[in-house]
Amino acid sequence: MAALLEVKGLKAFYGQTQSLYDVGFDIPNGGITTLLGANGAGKTTTLRAICNMVRTEGAIRFDGKDIAGRATEEIVRLRVAHVPEGRGTFTTLTVDENLRVAAYTRRDKAAVQADLERVFGYFPRLKERLQQQAGTLSGGEQQMLAIARALMLKPRLMLLDEPSFGLAPLIVVEIFRILRRINEDEKVSILLVEQNAALALDLATHAYVLETGRVVMSGPSAVIKDDENVRKSYLGY
Amino acid sequence: MEQFIQQLASGLANGAIYACVALALVMIYVSTDHINFAQGEMAMFSTYISWQLMTWGLSFWVAFIAAVAFSFVLGVIIERAILRPLHNAPVLSIIVVFIGLLAICNSMAGAIWSYLIKEFPSPFPKSSFGIAGVIGPHQLGVVVVTLIVLGLLFVFFRYTPLGLAMRAAAQNPQMARLVGVRVDWMLALGWGLAASVGAVAGIMVAHIVYLDPNMMGGILLYAFASALVGGISNPGGAVLGGFIVGVLENMVAFAGNQIEKATGIYIIGNGEKLTVALIIVITVLTVKPAGLFGRVVVKRV
Repeated sequence: MAALLEVKGLKAFYGQTQSLYDVGFDIPNGGITTLLGANGAGKTTTLRAICNMVRTEGAIRFDGKDIAGRATEEIVRLRVAHVPEGRGTFTTLTVDENLRVAAYTRRDKAAVQADLERVFGYFPRLKERLQQQAGTLSGGEQQMLAIARALMLKPRLMLLDEPSFGLAPLIVVEIFRILRRINEDEKVSILLVEQNAALALDLATHAYVLETGRVVMSGPSAVIKDDENVRKSYLGY
Repeated sequence: MEQFIQQLASGLANGAIYACVALALVMIYVSTDHINFAQGEMAMFSTYISWQLMTWGLSFWVAFIAAVAFSFVLGVIIERAILRPLHNAPVLSIIVVFIGLLAICNSMAGAIWSYLIKEFPSPFPKSSFGIAGVIGPHQLGVVVVTLIVLGLLFVFFRYTPLGLAMRAAAQNPQMARLVGVRVDWMLALGWGLAASVGAVAGIMVAHIVYLDPNMMGGILLYAFASALVGGISNPGGAVLGGFIVGVLENMVAFAGNQIEKATGIYIIGNGEKLTVALIIVITVLTVKPAGLFGRVVVKRV
């Protein structure tokens, strides 16, 4: 089976500073893949590079189409949903508006209401807060909103940047459980960037380890998990 | 008493004009963090367009709609052609561009139509509009037209998907891109709408202040005061601020006149209206920088 997303020789630059040197990976259709690495390894930059939010060089193919250099919003319209670091809440809009704006580009307007209901199935708490200003939600609720909003794009690929960031452990477990359900029920492929390597390796089938802008290791999660170096560096035991 | 009501009514009519221009300023401010100093001159230019169309024989309302549509296109073009290339430029460069735009609009209008002051018609018939002794036909018409325009804009931004996308783009451009919104076009559209609202204000006020290339100078200051009073980042506040400033300046002048009549001492009068607006600007900036209805932005860290 061909990969949904293929990345080869990816380089990324912030101004003069190069932060990715030679990143390559494949995301299989329907799978969950995780990118691990220390702070500053280039995980977030890799996600941003896929959506052309930083200056990049190299090949990025989504569903067989070359998307390198396309405008961010055009890449999103191919149904690549990016849940950014810090959740990207539209703070002054209501929860309802946050969700609906993600359906703005969709042609099948009739299906939007049904999708809203399905999304509330994953996140019932959002339904209770529908008319509330999104900026007043708690951190966990904002993360749920961010994932729910990504789902409203009807994505084929979801890029998740540290969904556990700043959240209580119980909420993190809940969110990861929902992510697994989303992957299985909605057939959404997921690329997950995480600091919490133990959780990420449990969820993902494949893992890539980044170090200073290069992929240094890759393989099935189970193998990576048992690797001694990874265990010492990222899992801490 | 009758005089008081008349002053109140004319304050509301002026306020409606300020509200429109203030809203135009706020619409651009919320999406770009810049105050478009050329907003008034763009509105003046549009007013000349409508005047030109009328002298060519079109009726008032046809000319009105054509000029508003023209302003929309002009606003979009200005954003795409002039401001888009500058979207990463420092604030000062953009201010210089705005001042340049102001000068260009002003001198182009002067060159094409001369600086001679022209009369501008009112579309509101004396017989069927207005309430004798309370509010004049044109004043009432101005209030009605601007309220309709403001209402349409409210519905557009509040209830349509495109309006929602524009608000999202203004609030968090990067995230808006990540849900597929073409943010650059939203900005251009915002410019178009702002220019249109400004044009409505210009065409409505021209009958009162007469048509000349400098007609909007004072009004832009009032509008700026209104936007600040209401909270520069709050469109509803700016509209309300417009009415507050319009009524306030008339009330201050009215009170001044009454005091002069009663005591013979002149403190403040019609000549000091603009001063009142400037005092409002300074007071708001020092006492309540976020405006009456503006929110103090608190960021979660």
